[in-house]
Amino acid sequence: MATEKGINITLKVWRQKNGQAKGALETYELKDVSPDNSFLEMMDILNDQIIMKDGSPVAFDHDCREGICGSCSMYINGEPHGPGRLVTTCQLHMREFKDGETIYVEPFRAKAFPIIKDLIVDRSALDRIQHAGGYISVNTSGNTQDANAIPIEKENADKAFDAATCIGCGACVAACKNASASLFMSAKISQYALLPQGQVEAKNRVLAMVKQAEEEGFGPCSNTGACEVECPKGISLENIARMNREYLSASLLTK
Amino acid sequence: MSESRGLLKSHIVKKYWMAFTGLFLILFLTGHLAGNLQLFMTGYAGQLQFNEYAVFMTTNPAVKLLSYVTYLSIIFHAIDGILISIANKKARPVGYAYSKPEKNSIWSSRNMGVLGTIILVYIVVHMQNFWYVYKFGSTPYMQNEDGTAPLLQDGSAVADGIVENGRVLVNGTDMGPVMKDLHSIVVDGFSEPILVSFYVLAMIALGFHLVHGFSSAFQSLGLNHPKYNPLISKVGYAYAIVIPALFAIIPIYMYFM
Repeated sequence: MATEKGINITLKVWRQKNGQAKGALETYELKDVSPDNSFLEMMDILNDQIIMKDGSPVAFDHDCREGICGSCSMYINGEPHGPGRLVTTCQLHMREFKDGETIYVEPFRAKAFPIIKDLIVDRSALDRIQHAGGYISVNTSGNTQDANAIPIEKENADKAFDAATCIGCGACVAACKNASASLFMSAKISQYALLPQGQVEAKNRVLAMVKQAEEEGFGPCSNTGACEVECPKGISLENIARMNREYLSASLLTK
Repeated sequence: MSESRGLLKSHIVKKYWMAFTGLFLILFLTGHLAGNLQLFMTGYAGQLQFNEYAVFMTTNPAVKLLSYVTYLSIIFHAIDGILISIANKKARPVGYAYSKPEKNSIWSSRNMGVLGTIILVYIVVHMQNFWYVYKFGSTPYMQNEDGTAPLLQDGSAVADGIVENGRVLVNGTDMGPVMKDLHSIVVDGFSEPILVSFYVLAMIALGFHLVHGFSSAFQSLGLNHPKYNPLISKVGYAYAIVIPALFAIIPIYMYFM
């Protein structure tokens, strides 16, 4: 149900056949786009238009389309997930754009995020950071301890939960001038570091995850704060400071 | 796991060193500025005051030790900064065609390397201008107020003394090293508009470097707390404006005096 007049837009979309091919921005015109369309719905309309002309549709990542899976990953008009705040690309709507506007759509850029096709990048480097230490070893063979039996300070429980809302979308990496994964990593470290269950493996966790991130090719943190601004889940820079503290004590106190 | 190796090579450790040396250099700036403010004193008294201060700064062993720590910090800060800049660039080999970084971060936070390079060039020029000339150049020396007798480093005038190779001689007897006149070198230097402009520009770069560097150092060391963050941020901004401004006013003041 369109509530406002449709807008006409010019899209400059990054097209690249595969990881090895040379890519370029292609220009597309789209007429009468409803302001109520989400950005991904607009991309669907664009792809319909391309398919109707026997072209190859623009490849882009998407899944839940409700801001919780972290799949959608475009760099829109110079920002990850576009101009909106605390939203993913699927939660961005065309009402954010003006009639006649030119919209640039590019893939997330990082050495650790190789391009697969068009706007799709391989973000499995983030998974490997998580695998390196983002877990706790709990006995789950039928005699699991009740989690609520352990008293936890409310403030820490809230902070751990806030950190755990990270959906691993990679916007922090895309926004960072150094393609650093510090915000992602620090959220994953913090969600355990703040809870008693996370203490057992805390030292090895931070060392292993930081090491893995560097091996994947993510850059150092310059504390520009771009990640925090662009994060669709509002993960705080406080987590990066916590990671720095955890890393310092772990480096000094382990053999 | 290679933690000990990691302690030397990880990005985070590089940032610890960056923060640690940076905070030390911030303290150094305060001390340096305190010394410079003596240049506002006028007349012979001001000249004598500044030159006695120069003697203290070049002969006191504690100051000497601090100066070596300062040199090391500057060199380490610069090398570490270069290594970090290289790692920064390597992490994104292909950039964006269209990017709006000003939407999410302040300019100085993204240009610390450029600002640091300007400051490093400035430090080299500055050392050549004053430190090198004072130590190795042909420096004029201080005389008593009437201009009749040279001064020793402790400020005492030597009647009938003549100065040879930086030492005061009376009838061939060595009375000790003469007090060099750094003040007049400074006055001469800041009569050049080009040098004054360069110094002022360098201080503007320093201000922008500090706007980000001050609070960033605390964050790198993990010192982030909602209770103290506003204070760190406010003090950082004030420091970044007041200290470079006071440094910059001195050459301007001396040029017009």
